Amino acid sequence: MAITPPSNRLWYKEPIQAIELGWIILAFLWGLFMFFFMIAWHFIGDQNLSTETYRVTTDAYEARVEAFAEEFQKKDAEGNLVEEEGVPVVAPPEGGDVYILARLWEFWPVVELKKGVAYRIHLSSVDWQHGFSLQPTNINLSVHPGYEHVFTLTPTESGPFGIVCNEFCGIGHHSMTGRIRVVE
Amino acid sequence: MTTIDTGAVPVSGSNARYRTCKFTGLRIESNAETLIKANAVAAVVFLMLGGLMGLGVALTRWPAVQLLPADWFYLTLTGHGANVLLFWILFFEIAILYFASAVILGARLAAPKLAWLAFILMLGGALMANYAVLRGDSTVMFTSYPPMMATQWFYLSLIIFAVGALLAVILFFATLVIAKSEKTYNGSVPLVTFGAITAAIIAVFTLASGAIILIPTWLWSLGLISGIDTLMYKVIWWGMGHSSQQINVSAHVSIWYAIAAMVLGAKPLSEKVSRMAFFMYILFLQLASAHHLLAEPGLSSTWKIVNTSYMMYLAVLGSMIHGLTVPGAIEAAQRRNGFNRGWFEWLTKAPWGNPAFAGMFMSLVMFGFIGGISGVVLGTEQLNVLMHNTIYVPGHFHGTVVAGTTLAFMAGTYLIVPLIFQRDIIWPTIAKWQPYVFGLGAGGISMFMMGAGTLGVPRRSWDISMTDATHAYEFPAAAYLMLGLNGVSAIMAAIGGVMFILVVVFSILAGPKLSVAGAKLHFPLHDKGREAVSEYGSEEHPKLPGTIVLVTLFFICFVLYYFVNWKYLSELWLFN
Repeated sequence: MAITPPSNRLWYKEPIQAIELGWIILAFLWGLFMFFFMIAWHFIGDQNLSTETYRVTTDAYEARVEAFAEEFQKKDAEGNLVEEEGVPVVAPPEGGDVYILARLWEFWPVVELKKGVAYRIHLSSVDWQHGFSLQPTNINLSVHPGYEHVFTLTPTESGPFGIVCNEFCGIGHHSMTGRIRVVE
Repeated sequence: MTTIDTGAVPVSGSNARYRTCKFTGLRIESNAETLIKANAVAAVVFLMLGGLMGLGVALTRWPAVQLLPADWFYLTLTGHGANVLLFWILFFEIAILYFASAVILGARLAAPKLAWLAFILMLGGALMANYAVLRGDSTVMFTSYPPMMATQWFYLSLIIFAVGALLAVILFFATLVIAKSEKTYNGSVPLVTFGAITAAIIAVFTLASGAIILIPTWLWSLGLISGIDTLMYKVIWWGMGHSSQQINVSAHVSIWYAIAAMVLGAKPLSEKVSRMAFFMYILFLQLASAHHLLAEPGLSSTWKIVNTSYMMYLAVLGSMIHGLTVPGAIEAAQRRNGFNRGWFEWLTKAPWGNPAFAGMFMSLVMFGFIGGISGVVLGTEQLNVLMHNTIYVPGHFHGTVVAGTTLAFMAGTYLIVPLIFQRDIIWPTIAKWQPYVFGLGAGGISMFMMGAGTLGVPRRSWDISMTDATHAYEFPAAAYLMLGLNGVSAIMAAIGGVMFILVVVFSILAGPKLSVAGAKLHFPLHDKGREAVSEYGSEEHPKLPGTIVLVTLFFICFVLYYFVNWKYLSELWLFN
């Protein structure tokens, strides 16, 4: 009876049932495998979240992103600045640094990347916490104000991709989006 | 069912009053009984309130219905989290702690006046939290991440509630000391009490974590502190937020053992293994804070890997052990009860019409298959990026906390009502169906939210069509279907919830009185209980072919689902 005490004081000296021992060994080995597989993926896998992070003030980060957008905003054949829905479309140099900011309620600016090229993405918030959810690829990261997260990203597909906010950030949360375009 | 009060001597100087339960032989002290009643009733009230809010949330997320306007949706979601995840669960757990100490050990409750103070603090905190949320200026979600700020009453209410809960946990420990010193039992404490001690130790850690982060946050909301670091807040807050779920796990595993024992006469396969499994919870489950921090900047991979795996999955090992020993104990008991044919007669002839057993067994299966497997996958360092903050996350924890804990607590209530309130179940037919209706709804909620999450649907979002957004994004039609099915499941769970509340409330108020002579339980307890008592706790040489099949099936599902997700991950864009 589980609700009555064992008459023997030394319950920990009792024998183990064979089936239990077998299951414990199996579950323990499976746990070890899962543990070491996470470590192994850092060596064999291409999807490991960077831990490169800097403290930054929200004002400084906002200024940095605006300078980035101004410097690399895309121009069309006639030399006009390209925008999408009123947001500048920014085409950074191949393999360069890309700055994206999250704020109430947008990811800014629109960036245009080349497929198969590795970029250094900088990501931070200038107000509350936000969630960077790249769709439909389904890459989901947290975005903090005051912390600049830097990771290398190589798109493997082309087309327009949506960024959807998936951290609650107030009444406009469900209308907070952004855009990444990937060209061949 | 027990003779653990054999040799117990009433201690002079304490004016405790006892009665002996005629169904179990347990010695029940009146203060403990009254406080169990009070906490259980409060729990059910907040389940009702939080469940109603949950229905509103699910019906709003059903795109074709979208019941509530956006501001009410976010407000309701904040209230839903606080009422069910905190208030329903913790009030009920306090009732379990008092039951597992005072009632099971046949002791008196320590300091009943302080226990009432704890109850009043918890009740006051819970009511104040609802007031703060309903005012409309504390729509910060249950997690309340800074720098989004709630009104001071929100943080203060949670602090008051936590202080009350902490006091109740301390009284649980004090009751254990009293039971020991007044010699109300011999030898080690029983397994169910051992599990409750596990829950209580984890509760001290998590409630302390909550206080450590909520007190400065409260001061910040008063303007006395200039800012709260967002990353530090998350690390400590989740020391409460996720680690506290391990209180639930310990508590509902204890309930599984208790129901199996009381309804079927089940003994643990071996006391040693079941206790070691609980002990692993104490050692490693506190690391769970990392589970919500795998997609954060600024935390090292080493920290993430060690913490998210509960130190090489040793706490998961604990749960997997219970996943074998609980059905194993049931199979062994049923075979002793005469259902010995074939591999599965023990299961097919189990008392499926008894809501305590049906709820308990469905809780066991769904906690393992839905909540457990998804939790390990979600908590794998790299795989987390596939689902972090999508609706997969609530899908996972509705599999653990609703299909697992809440269903187990409901099942336990079908024993508490007759044994503590001394009233029989008033409408046995409704009670009989209740676990199935609620369980299927809860299982559906979990599965469909997880399905929508793998399609990228964000959690806590009022509208996934994002009509007002600058840059449109169209989720696949399957995502809409999943959210619709989630709404249907939520309605089903809500019907199950209403059935539960009606049966419990009316049984307590007007159920057949069991205190009269000759009264019988409609859902009987196992009659070999008294004989089982004098024997030692562990099973002798059980044969468990059915359980081996079940755990093998579980293991195959686990491994397959784990690798399917690695395959998805390997197809993502490259990042490091």
